[in-house]
This record gives sequence, structure tokens and C-alpha cells, in this order.
Amino acid sequence: MLSVENLSVSYGAIKALHGISLRVERGEIVTLIGSNGAGKTTTLRTISGLVRAAAGSISFEGVPIGKLPPHQIVRMGIAQSPEGRGVFANMSVDENLSLGAYARHDKDQIAKDRERALELFPRLRERLSQSAGTLSGGEQQMLAIARALLARPKLMLLDEPSLGLAPQVVATIFKIIREINAGGTTILLVEQNAHMALNVAHRAYVLEVGKIAMEGPAAELAKSDEVRRAYLGHG
Amino acid sequence: MSKLFEETRSLKAPVWGVIPRAAWPLVVAIAIGALVYFGVSPLVGGFVSKVMLIVGINIVLAVSLNIVNGYTGQFSMGHAGFMAVGGYVAAGIVYYGSIKLWGSAEPAGGILSIVQEGPKAGPLWGKGDFLFVISCLIGGLVAAGAGYVVGLPSLRLRGDYLAIVTLGFGEIVRVILQGSHDQIQPWKAADAAAMPVYELAWKLGGPKGFNLVPTYTTLFWVYFWAALTCIAAYRLKSSSSGRAFLSIREDEVAAQAMGVDLTKYKVRAFVFSSFFAGVAGGLYALDIGAISAGDLNFIKSFDIIIMVVLGGLGSISGAVLAAVILSILPEALRQPPSLVPWGWVAIAVIALVMGAVLPKGKKLKPIIVLVGTAALWEGLRFLATSVHVNLPDYRMIIYAILLIVLMIVRPQGLFGVRELWDLKVFKRRGGGA
Repeated sequence: MLSVENLSVSYGAIKALHGISLRVERGEIVTLIGSNGAGKTTTLRTISGLVRAAAGSISFEGVPIGKLPPHQIVRMGIAQSPEGRGVFANMSVDENLSLGAYARHDKDQIAKDRERALELFPRLRERLSQSAGTLSGGEQQMLAIARALLARPKLMLLDEPSLGLAPQVVATIFKIIREINAGGTTILLVEQNAHMALNVAHRAYVLEVGKIAMEGPAAELAKSDEVRRAYLGHG
Repeated sequence: MSKLFEETRSLKAPVWGVIPRAAWPLVVAIAIGALVYFGVSPLVGGFVSKVMLIVGINIVLAVSLNIVNGYTGQFSMGHAGFMAVGGYVAAGIVYYGSIKLWGSAEPAGGILSIVQEGPKAGPLWGKGDFLFVISCLIGGLVAAGAGYVVGLPSLRLRGDYLAIVTLGFGEIVRVILQGSHDQIQPWKAADAAAMPVYELAWKLGGPKGFNLVPTYTTLFWVYFWAALTCIAAYRLKSSSSGRAFLSIREDEVAAQAMGVDLTKYKVRAFVFSSFFAGVAGGLYALDIGAISAGDLNFIKSFDIIIMVVLGGLGSISGAVLAAVILSILPEALRQPPSLVPWGWVAIAVIALVMGAVLPKGKKLKPIIVLVGTAALWEGLRFLATSVHVNLPDYRMIIYAILLIVLMIVRPQGLFGVRELWDLKVFKRRGGGA
């Protein structure tokens, strides 16, 4: 579905990605784990067109998207829940959700998707008319995911959904990520919380300073000594 | 808010359905213009009418700048530049147009645009009115075109960088206009009539300004445009473009991730905003019958920015209220009137209303500020009379101090990002009805 080949990205003189390649197949949850500054967010942002690649190619369902602007990539079926949630703080939860469907015009289906998103996140239904900025961190994260869901994406990019949240909330969110995937949405998940990410994902890539260090089925990586030592906190 | 509005709209629909939705703003704007011009103006007299005219033009400017600075959160400092573009275009069309068409630069308006006090007589619509209306429209369109040209390359920048670019634009406009050729004076009208249009187009008076332009702007036209600007701004805000604008202000990255084309919407906001700035420029030039690029420098831009910030970024009603307050204040400070007794009565009424309206626990501060400001005012007046200080000499200082106090008390602006009709009182009534 998504294939990234030899992707290199630089911010000025600093090289963030040194030619990484990855694939996401339809129906999968693929996770990209790694420590701070490994280039995880940069990878996601390059896929969604917010950052331009210096070299390499990205194709989605066989169509090269590396040179498309972000708003067209959204229309092709890739939606992103950005790092740090990025909810529209002064707008209501409802308005946030309707902006999620900004690129769409099929009113009936939007209403159904909105309903489904609210079923997944009942907390949001209670807070529909509240300003998004007044939500708790967990609720904001839920809103960011629900909003991305309203774009009715084929591929959903989640950037650190566990960032700064209590373990219980993280567990809830990962449960919902699994549900969304079960509903047929492919997911590319970027995480620092390797334990949770490897638990929920089918396959995983380990990113280290701009290079793919390891890849494979998530369950296998979770057992590998290197990953356990570096990311799961087992000696 | 939207629910209440939809309800009222659906109530209106069967009765007023004859008027197509697109014509509503015009009908309302004409009604408001006529009300102010025929109803209010004769009651309040010449000086107050003049202040009201300034207020109206400032409403157009503040509400239009709010589309860029408030809705999309882009910091433009070139609003006076667009105003100058529109003003010069409108003045040029009316001045040379009058000469070309009728051989003289005398005003030729009907009642709606005759600037006079007392009873209004004569035909409703004069031959010059067409020229006037068209000149303001074209002034607005040219300004909008300038907005597009400036916006397309510069709106890729944000924050301070954009501010500097727009500041630069305003100054470029000023310098270019000051470099235009000498105006052909009215007593040489025959020369002008014989000259081709493209040559006249650049004879805009240079550093001396463009003078002796026939005047047409009246309270009717100012409030017609002010109403139109507010309605357009409101509709824009509640449209899908409006939601895109607001999302850009809130978070550019997230907006892009939602599929909002940043450049397109930023430029669109810029174009709308500069159109109305151009119109305001036309109204301004054809009110005083002269326009000088030197007066429309960045200080003028700042005046408008202050109104937008004070009103609350993105709030239409806030921008209107701030435009009213900040236009009246410098005039009121010329001859600071005593508040005894009617000012105090008004303040008592406002304080009572605030006490009834504001939510619990949030009553005290605004009321203290209100009464405190009034007391300060009286204190200053007392000082001025007893120590023989000429208060008008210090009016700009007082004005600045009041601004500082306001920004300390309400840094988010009078209404924040909300509107007057979003306040809890109105909501409760709407819901209960």
C-alpha cells in the first residue's frame, strides 16, 4: 500500500534521514520505534508532505506522492494525527471533528463516520461543544485520532499517541487503535513507547539516527535481545 | 451560536423568502446606512456626525484586517497600504472621471451623497453617484489585486517575517505614490479632458497629495459599507473557508494535515481583507476630498492593528466595538467632558447590567475597572482645572495609558476569540425560547 524507498531528508545542513526504506501493507499496523531524534516524526511528516525529501521516493497505492503538497496527499487517503496532538484549541470538539472531514464532501458518509468516531471515543461525545483546549491531554489525543479518522483515511499516520499520557489512558488509546485497524484502516504508528507499540503492531521497524536498524514481525522484535536492551528496559 | 442563528433564519425564511439569500446583505446594509444617515445624523449634529463617519470607516478597516490578523492569525502590517491603493484609485477615477465626463471636478451627487447639514433635499440619486460607487468598487478590486500579488509570494512566511514583508509593502506603496506626477488642477480641466486615460492615471499629485477631489462620502455610504463588511466577515467566518482560516490560526501543521491548502487560504484571506481596505480608502479619500500617501503610512496600519488586537483576534463584534471606542476616544479627549451627572448614570447602568449578566465570581474585576476608570477620568479633570494643565495637550498620553490598562486587564481583547452573541446571556435566552 505504502512504500518508501531510500528516503533521505535534511533540515539545512543536518541530515535527519539517511536513506530509509519501509513498506506498509493493506490492513496492517506497522510501527516505527526509536529514541528521541531518530527521525520517526520526520519520516511521518515526509510521507504526509509536510517536509520535503532530499532524495528517495514515496508511493501510495502505486502512485508517487513524494512531490505532492500535503492537502492533496490527504485527499488520496492518508490522514495524520500530528505529534503533540495539534488540536485546534480555540475551536469546539465538534468543529475540530468537522475539520477532520475538511477534504471530503460526502455528507451522509461523514455523518456516519462522525457517529462511529464518537462510539469509539464516548468521552468526546460528552464534550462536543467544549473548546478543545480545555480537554485533558488524553482527551485531546483522542480528539486528534478521531479527527484523523473523519478524513476516512485508507492509511492513518499516528505520531506518538502515548506522549505525556498516564499508563491507563495509553492502554485505552492502544485498544482503540486496534479497533480502528480491525475496522479496515491501515495504520503506521510512530512510538517511543516500544512496549505498547510492539504489542499492538503486526510488523515493526527500529529507527536509529536516521537509519533502519532492524525490521521484522513485531512479536519477533519484542523478543530480540537488542530491542529488549535498548527499548524495553530489560537488561 | 450557530444553532440559534439557524433557528432564527428558518423562522424568517417563509416571510422574507422573496428576497434571495444573496441579496440580504445589500438590503440590510442599505437599511442600516439609511437609518444612520436619515435617522441618527440629523439628531446628533455636525461634529458627532463627523466622528461617526470616522468610526464607520474604521469599522470597515478593523473588521477587514481582522480577516487576516484575526481569522488566519497572520500578522499583516500593510493594511494602510491597501487603503492607500484603493483611496488613490477611487479618488483618481472620481476626479478625472468627473472632468472627462462633465468638464469639471464639482460634486454631482444626489441626497445620498450630498455633504450638508440640515434638511436633505433634491434628487435621491445624482449622476455622480454612479461614478462614486464604481470608483469605490474598483478601488477595492485593485487593492484586492494588490493583496493577491503581495500575498502569493509572502504568505509562505509566517509571524515576524510576514509582518516585515507587509510593512515593506505598505512603505513601497507610499513611496511609489509619492513619486507620481503632478495633479492637473481643476482650472486646467480642459487639458485633462484632452489627455488620454493612461497618462492621467499617473498624475496623482506626488508628495503634495491628491487634492480637490469632489466629495461624495456620507454616513449613508460609510455605514452601508460597514454593514456589508461585517456581514461578509460573518458569512466568511461561518463558511467552510472560514473554518479553514481559523484552523490555520490554531495550528498550521494540523490544518495542513486536515487537507487545508495553506497558501490558497492565506491568499484568499488577504484578498478579501485588502478589498475592503481598498473600499475604506475610497470612502476616506472621497470624504475629505483629498488623499495623501504620507498620511497612510505604517502608523495608520498600527492604529488598525490596535483595534483588532483590542477587540480580540477573530472577533467581528470585538473589532467593531474597538473601532468605535478607539475612534471616539481621541476626539473625546480633545474636550474631555465631565461625567457629572449623566456619565455616572450611564456607568451605574452599565455596572448593573454587568452585575446581572456576567458569570458569578467574574463580576467584581470588570466593574472595579469600569468605575476606577471613570474615577480616574474625573480625577484627571479635577487636576487639569485646579493646576491649570491643558488636558488636550496630553490626550495622546492618556489615550496610550488607557490602551495599556486595557491590554493588562484583558490581554485576549475585549471579546477574546468569541463574539458578542456567544456570551452566556444570549445563549441562555436562545436556548430557553
